[in-house]
Amino acid sequence: MRKVSRLSRFNVASLALGLAFLYLPILILVIYSFNASRLVTVWGGWSLRWYHEFFNDRAMIEAAWMSFRVAVSSATIATLLGTLAAVALSRGERFRGRTLFSGMLYAPLVMPEVITGLSLLLLFVALNAERGFWTVTIAHTTLTMCFVAVVVQSRLGSLDRSLEEAAMDLGCDPVRAFLSVTLPLIAPAIVAGWMLAFTLSLDDLVIASFTTGPGSATLPIRIYSEVRLGVKPEINAICTLVIALIAVVIVIASLASKLSSSQGESAAPL
Amino acid sequence: MSSRRIFARPARFAAIAPYVWMALFFLVPFAFVLKISLSQTAIAQPPYEPVFDLTAGWDALRAAFAALSIDNFKLLVSDDIYVFAYVRSLTVALTATALLLLIGYPIAYGMARLPKSWQAVAMVLVIVPFWTSFLIRIYAWINILQHDGLLNQILLALHLVGQPVVWLSTDSAMYIGIVYSYLPFMILPLYATLAKMEPALEEAAGDLGAPPWQVFWLVTFPLSLPGVGAGVLLCFIPIVGEFVIPDLLAGSNSLMIGQTLWLEFFTNKDWPVASAAAIVLLLVLLVPLLLYERLQKRQLEQGR
Repeated sequence: MRKVSRLSRFNVASLALGLAFLYLPILILVIYSFNASRLVTVWGGWSLRWYHEFFNDRAMIEAAWMSFRVAVSSATIATLLGTLAAVALSRGERFRGRTLFSGMLYAPLVMPEVITGLSLLLLFVALNAERGFWTVTIAHTTLTMCFVAVVVQSRLGSLDRSLEEAAMDLGCDPVRAFLSVTLPLIAPAIVAGWMLAFTLSLDDLVIASFTTGPGSATLPIRIYSEVRLGVKPEINAICTLVIALIAVVIVIASLASKLSSSQGESAAPL
Repeated sequence: MSSRRIFARPARFAAIAPYVWMALFFLVPFAFVLKISLSQTAIAQPPYEPVFDLTAGWDALRAAFAALSIDNFKLLVSDDIYVFAYVRSLTVALTATALLLLIGYPIAYGMARLPKSWQAVAMVLVIVPFWTSFLIRIYAWINILQHDGLLNQILLALHLVGQPVVWLSTDSAMYIGIVYSYLPFMILPLYATLAKMEPALEEAAGDLGAPPWQVFWLVTFPLSLPGVGAGVLLCFIPIVGEFVIPDLLAGSNSLMIGQTLWLEFFTNKDWPVASAAAIVLLLVLLVPLLLYERLQKRQLEQGR
């Protein structure tokens, strides 16, 4: 019977190999961050030495704090703007400039970061803006709000619109119907959007390099300049901490989307 | 008036804030890139001639226009370094995208064949690395690929090689890095179309006597083409402009365009040439970008 054996051995093997390929490098990195030896490739027993080193590295800590602040602020603004954009695109029917609007929102998703970074920098220079926290925050908001818009829009698209129409037939005005019916339903997607924006901002090297000023390096910028000089065990520890932070974020986001899928169709991941 | 149309009116107003934001921080900056790409390099801070001074009146404005030159673009076309960089970027992106498709397709196919409850788990497992930092994932590979790294240790222990292989600063390392980083972008759209496919179609083809490879080529693959298109564009476009991966993993003797742009900007401080390089890169990517936008729009706005 063909129907029973849908999952062939080839399918299982390719899945297993694919997942191993995706996870093994990260796993190795995490394990080696606990390595006591200074030589990154020689195992010298378990140790927290490199974490200690990181917490005593003032410049790294400052960069991490800068990245964290940028990620929280830009993710928050991006979530607000991205959600508004998603509502306009999926509920606004036709409006003037709609094509340009959706074009501007979808293009940054694939636009090479060197272009986005360079163009924003030239804008900031022309405006004579002091480069630092705010310029990076604005740059990250511009990039990540597009991701938020796509996540929220796909959730809005899968919602049953008769719910908000029913609310309006029962006397709600549109704003009230949105706030009391639509918003609670898309809330999980909004949370997931915030998380995605947060991690994207935390990761970004290229756009931040262009838009930041002297003395306000983000964590990826510092990591990058260290990595260029070669592998250092301390970097393994920092990367592990970032992975741990992101893992917490993912757990929260997946709980949120589980909530979302139990209320209807599951939200698209991207 | 239907409640749907009443709802649409305030929804349109929601566009105002993000519209203004994107116009200001995404669209307007391109005007500056274009302007500076047409201006002369100057040893100054910032290192290019000043932008139009609108208060100076018409004559000054006309003079500013007259000063615009396409020298930077001529330089890009005539200097082998840039021409090679564009050619190399496109070659690398094409090769890497083909590799991604070859590797990603079986994985996506395997996912789509899993029992429904497992599919969700597999999808999360594929998405998670996408959330982990790009830079960290590349760094993880530097750990593995370095001279006395894990890969060489394993190869030596298995007596597959006599002495350590040089992996870092080679194209193979770069391709490993690119495939590793972009794999989720290829798998997810492929999986999305494959999972929606009616399994009865494949079964029917099989029942009518088609061998498995024919079922795949005549039924499965053609039906998955929308996913293939999305995955290919989602990978190809950013890879052409990729900077971090070639910079950290490939050798420095042949650069991709993202790297030359970075060098012109940060090392040579030649902002006009960097801007011109960005404009040309944008033009090279215009067609795939427009295709991608149409696909994205169709997926998000109609296909339900």
